[in-house]
Amino acid sequence: MERLKKWLLGRDLASLLILSLLILVVFPLVLEPFRLNLVGKYLTYGFVAIGLVMLWGYGGILSLGQGVFFGLGGYCMAMFLKLEASDPVSTKIQSTPGIPDFMDWNQITQLPLWWEPFRHLPVAIFAVVAVPMLLAFIVSYAMFKRRVGGVYFAIITQAVALVLSTLIIGQQGFTGGVNGITDLKTVLGWDIRTDSARSILYFVNAGLLIGSILLCRWIHASKLGTLLLAMRDKEDRVRFSGYDVSMFKVFVFCLAAGLSGIGGAMFALQVGFMSPSFVGIVPSIEMVIFAAVGGRLSLVGAVYGTLLVNFGKTYFSESFPDLWLFLMAALFMGVVMAFPNGLAGLYESHVVPWLKRRRASAPPTAPAAASGQAVGSTGKAVASTGAL
Amino acid sequence: MSSAELVLSVEDLTVSFDGFKAIDSLNLYVDKGELRVIIGPNGAGKTTLLDLICGKTRASAGKIRFKNLEMTRLPEHEIVRAGIGRKFQTPSIYENLPVFQNLEVSFPRGRGVFGALAFKCDVEVRDRVHAVADEIGLADQLQTEAGLLSHGQKQWLEIGMLLMQDPELLMLDEPIAGMSVREREVTAELLERICKNRSMIVIEHDMEFVKRIAHKVTVMHQGKILAEGPMDKVQADPRVIDVYLGH
Repeated sequence: MERLKKWLLGRDLASLLILSLLILVVFPLVLEPFRLNLVGKYLTYGFVAIGLVMLWGYGGILSLGQGVFFGLGGYCMAMFLKLEASDPVSTKIQSTPGIPDFMDWNQITQLPLWWEPFRHLPVAIFAVVAVPMLLAFIVSYAMFKRRVGGVYFAIITQAVALVLSTLIIGQQGFTGGVNGITDLKTVLGWDIRTDSARSILYFVNAGLLIGSILLCRWIHASKLGTLLLAMRDKEDRVRFSGYDVSMFKVFVFCLAAGLSGIGGAMFALQVGFMSPSFVGIVPSIEMVIFAAVGGRLSLVGAVYGTLLVNFGKTYFSESFPDLWLFLMAALFMGVVMAFPNGLAGLYESHVVPWLKRRRASAPPTAPAAASGQAVGSTGKAVASTGAL
Repeated sequence: MSSAELVLSVEDLTVSFDGFKAIDSLNLYVDKGELRVIIGPNGAGKTTLLDLICGKTRASAGKIRFKNLEMTRLPEHEIVRAGIGRKFQTPSIYENLPVFQNLEVSFPRGRGVFGALAFKCDVEVRDRVHAVADEIGLADQLQTEAGLLSHGQKQWLEIGMLLMQDPELLMLDEPIAGMSVREREVTAELLERICKNRSMIVIEHDMEFVKRIAHKVTVMHQGKILAEGPMDKVQADPRVIDVYLGH
């Protein structure tokens, strides 16, 4: 109960409220539908970024293959949408009506058995989270039980990303190949391409993202969150305190994968397609950059980082298409070398002390309130190390 | 000595690293409530022995039994849950967490993934944290970040983290290394208090300290036991003087 109170009154809740206000009120009010949809697309990467905060920032496990889980979630949703878009009437010009167009182009005459479950929306929604988590479980259980960690684990995740993107591209008849799954139209008859549908999906997406941040904060505030920090610090001490360290790593890896899957599904819904270009190594590394720029120890910061890098990407790739990749690389190097805890770290180290100084120099109008503030802030320091 | 009173029995224990036998058919028996000190020159295999007992290193041959249960093949966390606690040579604490949380996460409840999610720091846990903090002299430092403690306090904190688990066998690797005279004194008192209802194995070099705390001393040399018995007897042993204590 006390923990709940501390948690509700903490300064980091204020930062979450500001973020919620920004994405739920400010953006929808000031942005035209096209730009809002673009922000919605960026926010789907936010799911990956907050997963990386849990996994990399708190857990100390760097994964360079989060695109795999984003992609899997996206494909699960896209498969459902594609089947709905491929009813026999609208595909009657195909040699086999009723199957997705790319299958028809690849001389496939019958829907593969493993596509069948994706005719049902509940199955697809379940799969959006379950499929990425299942793969994450298999990979991470095999690795962490063998005590593979650090850079070796990062390399394995890259290998998984490469394997999966190659597989998707190679199996064109079943996956749509390099083009991905396109021309997604409706969810249970509801057209997702209209402006009104897109704005509803934007709010669903934003709500899910805020819900995910709350879930992560709850986990972070639990003993499991403390153990993650402890493991990052002294893994052996945790192990020799009676904890099966590998299972905690498996858990947080699966958590990050499940969140990424939700992001991928929301991407497919809002943007209307899914392709292997989100699965490979390059997008996976970009997702790590989002989290790094925002601050890998801050859930809210990671969302800001995602938005900022993607705004930058859109702006610069429109203005200087050739320079964008170099700028991105420079940004990542700059973050790693100059401010390793990202924007949230800069905020903690520069803005917060400045605010404190200002508050201290202000005339003492209400001493009681000020002392309450001090208690609150020390309580916060105890509750969470480095969480914004 | 009946086997019921034995807490730990190590028999024919051998471990070899690329042919070098760090521990060579070693036998060791620790009684209930006993405080055993292991001494010996560098490279004698003292730390390796603790590593083997707590599962950090796997034995090439031999058996380790704790309360008549076979420990040799169990994973580390199971060995801990059976009741063996181990302190490392350099203080191994969570520097970024306050003292309170260092102790709290060591409380033996909610050790599974979902148990940890559901774990609540209730009165029982808080009472235990305060009791242990009193014991190790850190009661007024509970909110201090552990990394800011002095070296001696860090060593005590790690001992406290083990006490949270209330292990039946506590193994300490050089607990007073780097401590001031005063801190050594306090540590000796601490160890005397906490060994009341448990067995302990302590590795130490400081002979004054050993003399003070040890019930029985084991001298190791080249992976084997050279001598064993009460301190004065061991100290008088010419072989021990030869390889370790010096003339």
